[in-house]
This record gives sequence, structure tokens and C-alpha cells, in this order.
Amino acid sequence: MIENLSDRRWRRLGITPLLLLYGLIAILPVLNLFWSSFFSIDWVAGAEQREFVGLGNYARIPSDSFYGVGAANTVFFAVTTVVIQMVLGFALALVVSRSKIRSNAYRTIFILPILIPGIVVGAIWRLMFDVDFGVINQVIGLVGIEPLAWTARAGLAMLSIIVVDIWHWTPFVFLLLFAGLQGLPEDVFEAARVDGTPFWRELWCITLPLMLPTLVVTLLFRIILAFKVFDEIYLLTSGGPGTATEVISFSIFRTFFIADDVGYGSAISFTTMFVIALLIVIALGVQARARASQ
Amino acid sequence: MKRGAILSHLMLGLSAFVILLPFGWIVLSAFKRQIDIVTSKVIFTPVMLNFDELLFSRSSTFLDNFTNSLIVAGASTAIALFTATTAAFSLRQKAWAGWVPTVLLTFSMIYYMTPQMTLVGSWYQLFRAIGLNNTLFAIIITHATVNLPMALWLMNSFVADAPRELEEAAVIDGCSRLKTFTHVILPVIVPGLMATGVLMFVFSWNEFPVALALTTKETATVPVSIAKFAQDFEVKHGAMAAAATLSTIPAILMIIFATKYIVRGLTSGALK
Repeated sequence: MIENLSDRRWRRLGITPLLLLYGLIAILPVLNLFWSSFFSIDWVAGAEQREFVGLGNYARIPSDSFYGVGAANTVFFAVTTVVIQMVLGFALALVVSRSKIRSNAYRTIFILPILIPGIVVGAIWRLMFDVDFGVINQVIGLVGIEPLAWTARAGLAMLSIIVVDIWHWTPFVFLLLFAGLQGLPEDVFEAARVDGTPFWRELWCITLPLMLPTLVVTLLFRIILAFKVFDEIYLLTSGGPGTATEVISFSIFRTFFIADDVGYGSAISFTTMFVIALLIVIALGVQARARASQ
Repeated sequence: MKRGAILSHLMLGLSAFVILLPFGWIVLSAFKRQIDIVTSKVIFTPVMLNFDELLFSRSSTFLDNFTNSLIVAGASTAIALFTATTAAFSLRQKAWAGWVPTVLLTFSMIYYMTPQMTLVGSWYQLFRAIGLNNTLFAIIITHATVNLPMALWLMNSFVADAPRELEEAAVIDGCSRLKTFTHVILPVIVPGLMATGVLMFVFSWNEFPVALALTTKETATVPVSIAKFAQDFEVKHGAMAAAATLSTIPAILMIIFATKYIVRGLTSGALK
């Protein structure tokens, strides 16, 4: 029976599971979020009590002491970590690709941080950052520096999180950029070398333009992941001290699951989602226009 | 050796050292007594105490967490792979109007870029409303959908690369669509399926925010259980280190047996 379906039926059948999953687990929750954002929702004796508040939840956003700071911190965190990771990863990839080392041992080690759970990364650094017995304070103690509360001091907590993220994701940037460099046409570089082109000129005029697509995609990947940061912060600082390491994901988590403020949580979730979708659509539009004008 | 080679060995060696040192530290800590950890002893007598407590003590749920994680990662990977592959095969047919693939891939991109946390509260509400809260099914289906955009991109590019001549020849010879799929396309995309599957499994295994919100004690996955050790009134550093060490087993196994596929998945996802 299934053998004799027409091509058209086949096409539709093939795409049905995808539409089902997207419809039920991606689109329906967004609609639910939008609808819930107009209500004040409380739990009384295990039953949901809804009260219509119109745009009241959205009106609360500007005076929220966490969400605004969280958004600003997320942008700061994303820009800082991604820029450092791109520079470090690209420098390393350049040096290694020029030297013809092809070691699988190195590749194996570089994949390790990408594949282990983010929460394990948090646990590792929690042990190392500990004020009393952390190995980092032990080491700086050897040169006479007093122990520092890495994750609990306002000026240091964000720096600590940034260090952890750089450790976590620079290898990923390296692997992608290294694969990109490997795929570049060898003869262009041969010609440049024969002509005696200096290193910086070769980098600026040949390598960077050729690598541009890979660089852009790697950058995009990293920015997306940096905006989602949650696991390490949950385990290391929980957004603190104060709001020093508060990020968007943590603000939303706090509102839904610690403050149990479902209506308001829906409003900030929907706002976040809307802003991100808008940015993506604008970016795609700009890209399409740039392509059309070429 | 030339200067460049020495320099790059030096830089690679240093990077490898910086990457491995924190790992080494937590693995060492897993074999320490709490007293050796808090007095930060470098030389200590290794003990299996933490692993014993984690795996065999009656109050520990770690083995259940491990089983939950295996079920969730395995099932969600299977669902994501199946859904993405059939969709990619369908999108390959030229008869679709041009906007259909564009809309689906753009939607996937927006969905992938949105932080999962924005939807976690809504998932919790909806699963609760239909009585599926605290079930492994809820988290399996959610992980499958969260990973679906990546699976779709990867499978779409692998399926698109499969040679059309073979497929057309099979169709002309009277082969049904199902047979073309299972006998012509599927064998060609097996390496692609492996690469995608390995990544999906690891992503689901590692996932924390969704698992944290959608699970309770019975359904908790490994990352959720590790986070719990850090939140106890008296932080169990040794148990946390031991659980963290054991939780990297799938990643280590994959690195040993499937590095080739991981690199292919990561790079073809990014470089296409």
C-alpha cells in the first residue's frame, strides 16, 4: 500500500513529522507564551489562577532590576568573549596551518571541552576558583598574592565567567577556522610566496578575504551560543554577586522558577524572542540585499 | 626543525596543557577524600570513596540519572534523525515551490538562535496541562525539537549532496519512492547520519536548562544531578567531582571512536 503512494503524497508524508514537532513543541509554546503574557498567573493550592492584566506585564519591564541589567551583561559578555575567542582561535589556526603539523592527538584534546556538559565545565571551575582551597588561589599564593573571591567579588565575577567561557570555546573556534584554512586553494599561497609577499600583506590581502565566509559563520555560531549562556553561570555565580553576572537566560529562569511569576516571565520571554527574531530577519534582509547588489 | 614548526608545537602544546589541566584537576579531586580537597593536598592517597557513594549508596540516585540520560539522549537522537532525514528527502524533491524549503530553513534558523530559556516556562506549563509533566517523554520530545534545526541543516546538506543520477535512474526503472529512499539515498548518507547522530546525542546528553525545568528527582538527567551536589547545604565536592568525571564517559567514548564524524559534523554544519 505504502509502496503505491503518489510522489506528491510522499513529499507531504516526509515532511509531516517535522511540521508536527515544530507545530507542537516550537510554535504552540510561543502562542501560549504570548497569551499568558497578558495575565497575572498565581498558583493557589495547585490550581492556576489567571487574572487578565492587559499590557500590565509589559509595563513592568522597564522597572525590572534584573532584566535590563541581564540584557546589558549578556551583550557585554557575548562581545568580549567572542572577540577574544576569534582572535586567539584564528592566530592559533594560522600558526598551525602554516607549519604542516597534522597531529590527531591535538585534535582530540581540542574537541574535549566542546563535548563535555556545560555543567561539568561549571563544576571544574567551581573547584578551581574556590576561595579557601581552589588551585588558582594556591598558585597566586605562591607569589604572595592574597586569596581572591573569584566568583563572589563584584569586580571579579564577570571576569571569572569570561575566562571560563574562553577556555570552553576557543578550541571550537580553532577547529572550525583550522578546517577552513585547510580548505583554501594552495596555489594562491604558493604564488604569493614565490613573489615574496610579506606575511602581513598575505594575511590581509589573501587569507582574510578567502576566509571571510568561514569567519562570518564561526562568529555567528559563537554569538548565538554566547547569548544562550546559562549552565556555567548557574553553577558558578547564579547571576551574582548582586547583578554582576546576571544574564538574560538567568533573569527568565529566576522569574519563572524562583519567583513563580509566570505571567511576567511570559512577557519577558516573548520580548526577548521577538527582539532576537527581529534582529535575525533584519540581518537576513541586509544579506539578501547585499547579495542582490553584487 | 624550522622555527615555524617549533613555534606551533610550542603553542599547541601550551594550549593542550591549558585545556587538560582543569580536567586533570577534577579527575584527581574525584579520588580525594573531602578532607584532602578542602586542605588542597597535592599528594594524597587515592580512594574510591566518592565513586562508591555515588554508585552504591542507597541515598544516591546517580545510576538512575545515568539511565535517564541514556534513554533521553538515545530516544531524542533517534527522533531528531528520523524527522530531519525524511524532511530532507522530501525537500530534495524539485516539485516543492521554492518558498517551502526557504521558509522551513529560515524558521529553523530563528528557532535555533532563540535561547531555549525563553520557551522553558511555556513547555513546563503545557506539559503540566496535559499531565505529561515529570515524564521522560516530555524531555525526549523537547530535546528532539531543540536539536531539530541543526539536524535538518546537516541532513539537508548531506541528502542534497547525494547523486541525483542514481535516484533518477531508479525512478525510471520503476522503483518506488520508498525503495529509492531506502536503497539508493540511505546507503549514500550513512556517514552523514553518523556525524549528525553523534552530535545530537552529545547535545542532548549535555543539555541543562530544559532538563532542569522539566525534570524532578525521578526523571533528572546527569547534568541536573551534578548541579544538585553543588546546591546541597554542605557542598559535596568529592561526589560532584566523581559525578562530573563519570558524566564525560560518552564524550570520551565518542572521541575515541568517532572523532572523524564529530569533526565532519561540526565543520560541515559551519562551512557549508
